[in-house]
Amino acid sequence: MLDGVSRHFGGLKVLQEVHLDVPKGGIFGLIGPNGAGKTTVFNLTTGLLPVTAGTIRFEGNDLAGMKPHEITRAGIARTFQNIRVFKEMSLLENVMVGMHAKLGYGAFGLLAASRFFQREERRARDRARELLSWVKLDHKASDIADNLSYGEQRKLELARALATDPRLLLLDEPVAGMNSTEKTDLMVEIRNISARGYTVFMIEHDMRFVMGLCEHIAVLNFGRIIARGGPDEIRNDPQVIEAYLGREEDEAGTNEANEIAGERAPQ
Amino acid sequence: MDSLVNFWSVYSNLVLSLGTNALLALSIGLTLSCGMLAMANAAFMGIGAYTSAILTMNYGASFPVAIAAGMAAPALTAFIIGKPTLRLSGVYLAMATLAFGEVVRIVILNAESLTGGALGLNGIPPTTRWWHVLLAVVLVLLVLWRLRRSKVGRAFEAIKEDETAAGLMGIDVGAHKMLAFVLGGAIAGLAGTLNAHLTFFIGPNEFGFDRGVDILTMAVLGGINGLAGPVLGAAILTILPESLRAFGDFRLVVNGVILVLIVLFLPKGIWDPARIRHWFGHKAVSA
Repeated sequence: MLDGVSRHFGGLKVLQEVHLDVPKGGIFGLIGPNGAGKTTVFNLTTGLLPVTAGTIRFEGNDLAGMKPHEITRAGIARTFQNIRVFKEMSLLENVMVGMHAKLGYGAFGLLAASRFFQREERRARDRARELLSWVKLDHKASDIADNLSYGEQRKLELARALATDPRLLLLDEPVAGMNSTEKTDLMVEIRNISARGYTVFMIEHDMRFVMGLCEHIAVLNFGRIIARGGPDEIRNDPQVIEAYLGREEDEAGTNEANEIAGERAPQ
Repeated sequence: MDSLVNFWSVYSNLVLSLGTNALLALSIGLTLSCGMLAMANAAFMGIGAYTSAILTMNYGASFPVAIAAGMAAPALTAFIIGKPTLRLSGVYLAMATLAFGEVVRIVILNAESLTGGALGLNGIPPTTRWWHVLLAVVLVLLVLWRLRRSKVGRAFEAIKEDETAAGLMGIDVGAHKMLAFVLGGAIAGLAGTLNAHLTFFIGPNEFGFDRGVDILTMAVLGGINGLAGPVLGAAILTILPESLRAFGDFRLVVNGVILVLIVLFLPKGIWDPARIRHWFGHKAVSA
């Protein structure tokens, strides 16, 4: 899907000739140390940044030059590493915003208070409730998003992304900052989502989470893909161990500090 | 009945300008609800006022035609200047739109043959009736209320909170900002048209910086988290100076102090649904 993609920021070559092919269906994982360029891959795919070279294709269509909202409408949705829910809105409204492009009424239907308008709005509400129930937040539907815990906000973001009716779901570090119970919960939920037929492409630091979920994994280091394959191949790849796994085991403490410091860098 | 007639003959102008002020506050509330601090509403009002007044005075246009033109002209202007300026955000958008307002004022001042220059336009036929204003306010409220409760209203709010996230929800951010800006321009133009045909006279300085700040104050004072806020703010800012006549020369000082106090203690405006719910929640618990 990503074909020889590069992205440079001035003289800084964040991504160099990255080839990635996310297979349809299933869960794909992209891992790599901090600053490897993982989030940049998502920002390029969703149209927030233009590519310097190479092409990104989705279902055969070139995404070059498309605006973020057009890419979303084409079937790609994402969540963010640093949560970006609409804090002042209720949970239900948050998810309904995601259905924006799916509501068929135009300006006339809106002003004439037509039956069609009401039917569409009701459909949006019902669907939003259903999506909230997928992530087990339906009992809080009318709460304000700002009052949710960190883990709940991540789940709300997930439901909101699903509301755009994507075929490809990009998850940017879905378990960052979650405790282990929340992680286990989310693992089950992501598996359920994948079972419903969505293709999931995630970036993640938590190795156990990635190894437990993903069928295919690619490793990014200094803007290059250094390995790809199933969880076992990745676990035993010497280059990967050197670049990523080995360091994490030796310096677990400093790595966590890096993780916090690195949160903002790729954005 | 006599006292009512008497009241109307004294205060009819005040009541009607309350209506046009409410329209203006709603028009800026619309752009604010989309997260844009656009300060061009006074200019849009002026464009509407001049367009409609020139049409009725020089071309004998009927009132409905004048109103339509008075809304269309600022809407079109908004569309044209919106293309480059709506890329800006925050204080930069405010500066660009303020500058545009000054440009409009100076153009009106210098296009003497058409606008009467600094002397303004005199003898505009006073065709605005009380029910015109009432109808305009009710219709605008209805349209905005519908808009708020639809996907468009949700899109505005999403854009206000996080533009990037809104775009990734499939919302065309640029188009929605433009819609808010153009619609705000049309509503301000409607207010200008009604006002021009009410006051008999318009001059360029009515639509300058002071008016722009007044409009913004009304919306912020009332609160922008709803439609009641701007209307309430307009009512307060229209009536307050009148009701303080007893203070004589200190009227404007007292006026200013009251506004500062409201902004200090009610930073989200007077009409804040969340706070009102909070109050009622407490009362329910203590009762």
